[in-house]
Amino acid sequence: MADNASASAGPAGNNLISAITSRLVILVPYAWLLFFFLIPFFIVFKISLSSTAISMPPYTPVINGFSDLASKWHTFSFDNYVWLTQDPLYYRAYIRSVVIAAVATFFTLLIGYPIAYGMARAPATLRPTLLMLVILPFWTSFLIRVYAWIGILKPEGLLNQLLMWLNLIDSPLIILNTDWAIYIGIVYSYLPFMVLPLYSALEKMDYTLIEAANDLGCPPLGAFWKITFPLSLPGVVAGCLLVFIPAVGEFVIPDLLGGSETLMIGKTLWNEFNSNRDWPVSSAVAVILLLLLVVPIMFFQQAQAKAQEQGR
Amino acid sequence: MKSLGSIRRSFAPWADPSAKPYIVFENITKRFGDFTAVNNLSLSIFEREFFALLGASGCGKSTLLRMLAGFEEPTSGRILLDGQDLRGIPPYKRPVNMMFQSYALFPHMTVEQNVAFGLKQDGMPKQEIDARVADMLKLVKLTQFAKRKPHQLSGGQRQRVALARSVAKRPKVLLLDEPLGALDKKLREETQFELMDLQQSLGLTFVVVTHDQEEAMTMADRIAILDKGEVMQVATPAEIYEAPVSQFVANFVGNVNMFEGKVKARNGEAATIVGGSGAEINVVNAGEAAAGKDVVFAIRPEKIKVSSKKPAGTNAMQGEIWDIAYLGDMTIFHVKLSDGQIVKAATMNSSRIAEDPLSWSDQAWISFEPNAGVVLSR
Repeated sequence: MADNASASAGPAGNNLISAITSRLVILVPYAWLLFFFLIPFFIVFKISLSSTAISMPPYTPVINGFSDLASKWHTFSFDNYVWLTQDPLYYRAYIRSVVIAAVATFFTLLIGYPIAYGMARAPATLRPTLLMLVILPFWTSFLIRVYAWIGILKPEGLLNQLLMWLNLIDSPLIILNTDWAIYIGIVYSYLPFMVLPLYSALEKMDYTLIEAANDLGCPPLGAFWKITFPLSLPGVVAGCLLVFIPAVGEFVIPDLLGGSETLMIGKTLWNEFNSNRDWPVSSAVAVILLLLLVVPIMFFQQAQAKAQEQGR
Repeated sequence: MKSLGSIRRSFAPWADPSAKPYIVFENITKRFGDFTAVNNLSLSIFEREFFALLGASGCGKSTLLRMLAGFEEPTSGRILLDGQDLRGIPPYKRPVNMMFQSYALFPHMTVEQNVAFGLKQDGMPKQEIDARVADMLKLVKLTQFAKRKPHQLSGGQRQRVALARSVAKRPKVLLLDEPLGALDKKLREETQFELMDLQQSLGLTFVVVTHDQEEAMTMADRIAILDKGEVMQVATPAEIYEAPVSQFVANFVGNVNMFEGKVKARNGEAATIVGGSGAEINVVNAGEAAAGKDVVFAIRPEKIKVSSKKPAGTNAMQGEIWDIAYLGDMTIFHVKLSDGQIVKAATMNSSRIAEDPLSWSDQAWISFEPNAGVVLSR
């Protein structure tokens, strides 16, 4: 009897342990999200519902503990969000940010795709080196690399000197402090984020599929659009999201390369926070920016998961 | 060669000197760097023939197929298809289609779209495409799977989609690269016959690459045995099996016993061969081997009889039963001769009770007819 009992308890106990372990493993990323994303987000959200005050911290009410929350929550208001709709500065900055980020993402895709394709088709022995070259810029500070572009793009900079030396232009091109400089900066900085997912999608593609398409009468260019490109779409989407999302909120590149006239939301946020010291409004700007990016992506991913379930 | 085995149908354009070959490989050499995949190879294939390229991996058979499809260009020599030199013609302009070993089905397209792909490239009107696709799916019995994606199909179904896709364009020649390699044994045997029926009903020329000799024997009208980029023998399955031209071919296809010896005397076509142990073998046809030459006498296991008493015929040798493998339909005896050579003999179990029961370590005689084997040079 005793033997039987212990024998049956053994596997059940193991199951319990493995169930707990698997829960724990899932818990780690959730805890990470909770502490480093959700809680900060709620702090920012709370500030966005406050009003400015000349004090430290520069907003009111200041809440210390949950008892405070109960007594002061009625002073919260959505006035800051209403304000965002009233001053055209904000929605113009939002729209411009999205447009600039979208255009820059398109250019990054245009340049990144051939690079990734070339890498994926390169001899297998050469690929690790090529990958290394793509990641190499990360070894230098992002800020320094963007500063370097000022030296390249300014009217008396390296690029203009080269073009004039080659007699291609007579007078220096004005690139710095224009949208083009922002595009160049974003494309340059975010290219690896486009190339890497594209490369991983293209690299695992079976080249026999292209041969099969050729064999069935499809010339190489047609085979690219009918086979290679559709099959690399997951990589295209991942790469575009990885470039577009940070580019919308980008602050350093428009600030350093785009000049003082550039109106992008990241810069507006920085001005609001540091120059204006209006923490509640800048918090509202940040919350809206987040919703603007997260909500469409959530819908998109849901649609993709559904499509994958049907297709796979 | 007088009727060797049964020939499937009275289709033998290769025996007709006036027949014009459909595909001609002329002195083809293909090198990849230092490696010579195909070495000065010449081969002719006739229209409506089911032709098999048989060889171990790395023998150049796939390279040959890929050159015909246009994925590789020969280093030297030329390939003619219906009289036209194929050099420089890209794969998408060649009137041949290929069924890939991996099937290479487009994963993002449905079965229907996969089959229609080649037809769309030709700019065929949509109604005709739909009708042809429906025909093809009916032919391979996949009509109800038309809307599925390849990953929703079993291996056998995928194989049939690949087949439907490659024949949909009615190519002049269908190339099949290890078409049954990924299927399990039972499905492979069924599909062999389906492929043969399909080839007959569509009247196409099939060139199939395989490493499986049984598959080649079953399906092909003729087989080319390749080794190290060269042709060892081109013949019908029966000729390959019964009259191999070299030890390599004899060894490669089926089981064989080899007796090394010397030609003692010739009498017209016939000859007497003396083996190492002094045993004499009389053969009806010794080919070109002159008296005094070192030769090998090759004989298939099923041509050898095993008995407990000395048989009446000329070719008999005594030995000891070394091993017995009972396979149900047949029994394989391993008989050890006095000189230590082990001879394999296969006996059909045509009755349920053996008339001449033999057991391990029994003394036994092996015997065979004078026309049962072939004499090969050493």
